[in-house]
Amino acid sequence: MTYIFDGTFQGLLTAVFEWFERKPGKVVLKSTSIFQPEAFVESFTVNTNAEKADRVWAGLQNKLKKDWQRKYYCTYLSEIPEAYNHVFQFTIYIFQNQLGAESNYGNPHVIALAKYAKSVEREKHRMEAFIRFQKTGDGIFYANIDPDFNVLPLISSHFKNRYADQPWVIYDLKRKYGLHYNLTSVEEITISFSNGADKQNLAPVLMDEREALYTTLWKDYFKSANIVARKNTKLHLQHVPKRYWKYLTEKVPI
Amino acid sequence: MFDRIREKLNILADAAKYDVSCSSSGGTRKNTNKGLGDSHASGICHTYTEDGRCVSLLKILLTNHCIYDCLFCVSRKSNDVKRAAFTVDEVVELTMNFYRRNYIEGLFLSSGIFKNADFTMERLLLVVKKLRLEQNYNGYIHLKTIPGASDELIKEAGLYADRMSINLEMPTEAGLKLLAPEKNHGEVIKPLAFVQQQISQFTADKKLIKHVPTFVPAGQSTQMVIGATPESDKDIMYTANTFYKNFSLKRVYYSGYVPISNDTRMPILGTQPPLLRENRLYQTDWLMRFYGFKVQEILNDANPNLDIDIDPKLSWAIRNMQHFPVDINTADYKMILRIPGIGVMSAQKIVQARKFGKLRIDQLKKIGVAYNRAKHFIVCLDSPYQLKDYQGTQIKAFILAESQSKYLKTDNNQMILF
Repeated sequence: MTYIFDGTFQGLLTAVFEWFERKPGKVVLKSTSIFQPEAFVESFTVNTNAEKADRVWAGLQNKLKKDWQRKYYCTYLSEIPEAYNHVFQFTIYIFQNQLGAESNYGNPHVIALAKYAKSVEREKHRMEAFIRFQKTGDGIFYANIDPDFNVLPLISSHFKNRYADQPWVIYDLKRKYGLHYNLTSVEEITISFSNGADKQNLAPVLMDEREALYTTLWKDYFKSANIVARKNTKLHLQHVPKRYWKYLTEKVPI
Repeated sequence: MFDRIREKLNILADAAKYDVSCSSSGGTRKNTNKGLGDSHASGICHTYTEDGRCVSLLKILLTNHCIYDCLFCVSRKSNDVKRAAFTVDEVVELTMNFYRRNYIEGLFLSSGIFKNADFTMERLLLVVKKLRLEQNYNGYIHLKTIPGASDELIKEAGLYADRMSINLEMPTEAGLKLLAPEKNHGEVIKPLAFVQQQISQFTADKKLIKHVPTFVPAGQSTQMVIGATPESDKDIMYTANTFYKNFSLKRVYYSGYVPISNDTRMPILGTQPPLLRENRLYQTDWLMRFYGFKVQEILNDANPNLDIDIDPKLSWAIRNMQHFPVDINTADYKMILRIPGIGVMSAQKIVQARKFGKLRIDQLKKIGVAYNRAKHFIVCLDSPYQLKDYQGTQIKAFILAESQSKYLKTDNNQMILF
């Protein structure tokens, strides 16, 4: 049997609730966006329900410590179709077993969650490292990103704590939403770019007058810090994969 | 103006790059004053240079003018290079503006010695004070302790810096005497000991009084240049071990010597830096700090140098086959850590997972064990029955045959016919 949910975190939790209410046996969870009807498999569409979702989450909080709650949420944020199903199966496994069942790394769903969470945390960490702000004429520090996973919810507090005295915007071009910090709180925003506008590179006229100086100095510094005799391109690419280059000031050609 | 600051940055970043320390971890400074920045306990590498090294801090010298003439140093007095010096404000501006754009985790400030130690240390202190007190900057600061500077200056600097370091430069006193006759290890040991004593003093006070200012919260580190003088790996690691023990250092860095001088006492220009050796030394360092190995187990009079073709952990295992095979399902954590192919994370997972049932090969692989390497040293639930006990040398040959070293370009096991 296949359960279909709407792709939201609440939807996923509701699906777990429905499973325990119906006990239909073996079920695979899929999101609407990837679901394809199959001839001999029954399907059931989950109606997302905040109340049911909250009950499941409250139950999970009794079963899982903070670190595993985070792994759980991170796996959801990976947006990978198989990951949704693993989270679903993991939840059932946790509810059906004694406290501490999450440390059974021999279980396929436990190890899957640990792996997905690790990938998402790595991407989160990369964003904390690779985001490059540009100061605009009106004093806002602006950065574009398009991370592999939906990590904006995870990085929000890091940037809020760190850049407490400057307004900033981090915009996810892939998922078409961003975060805006206005010196007191962080809010979610969407930007409607005018037709034909270059989303990736802000026009120089919008920039602070000193922006070009610091861009150049940073590029210079990046070059000076390199020791030519130790050149190791493989290692360099391993740490800074090419897909991130387009937003890295030091890697963007002038 | 624009061009002048560019030139200065180029000269002074270039001169600072041979200091390999770039860690920004261990600090836990919080942004409490609604200022700029905080320090992450785990540190962040913001980018990597083309040689694959992490760039986490803006690493610069205040000046590359220097009264000393140490042969291994680019900024030595007799070297014909362009000289420059930053003003205090320039360093502050650069740090703040780089930090605001999320380019860096903080500042690594070192300096050539101009006039004398105290004069230099005073300037460094001015920079960090300005950043912390005037600019409300809470980012990371790594400050060089200038050997010979007065205790008062060092103590004051420690209140603002996250980490302080002094380089040993050469692993042994004899090596240092050869290349830098004006210096000695004693000059380094004195301030290292002083800072360490202050750190423990502040920590002790903290237990009694709640609001004690932090003092060098990320601890101290040092660096040794490898391959400029003919020390053995044993000399190097024994020195490192002593310094870890005596001064509770957070890190010892090993920097493969990059030839920069024509002097006949050192490797000639154009010699490849000893990258593989450096790698093996770091592996040994990790075994000492995270895997419970004693340095004497890895390096001793019978084995004064590390193997080049295999890593030190595998090398130890092959020399000590009497401890193997280890039963994954019963052995204690400390022994599991010593198995080649199993790291700290895998070892922890194994110990947790085996409470739920005996582990099989496929589970070990999923947990992250490098099974092809580990299989020679372990037994688990479904290990194939083995009739023959292999010798250490045979196991080494098996492992070498199926692994590819990132350093050795030619395959040594290949028989040459013609």
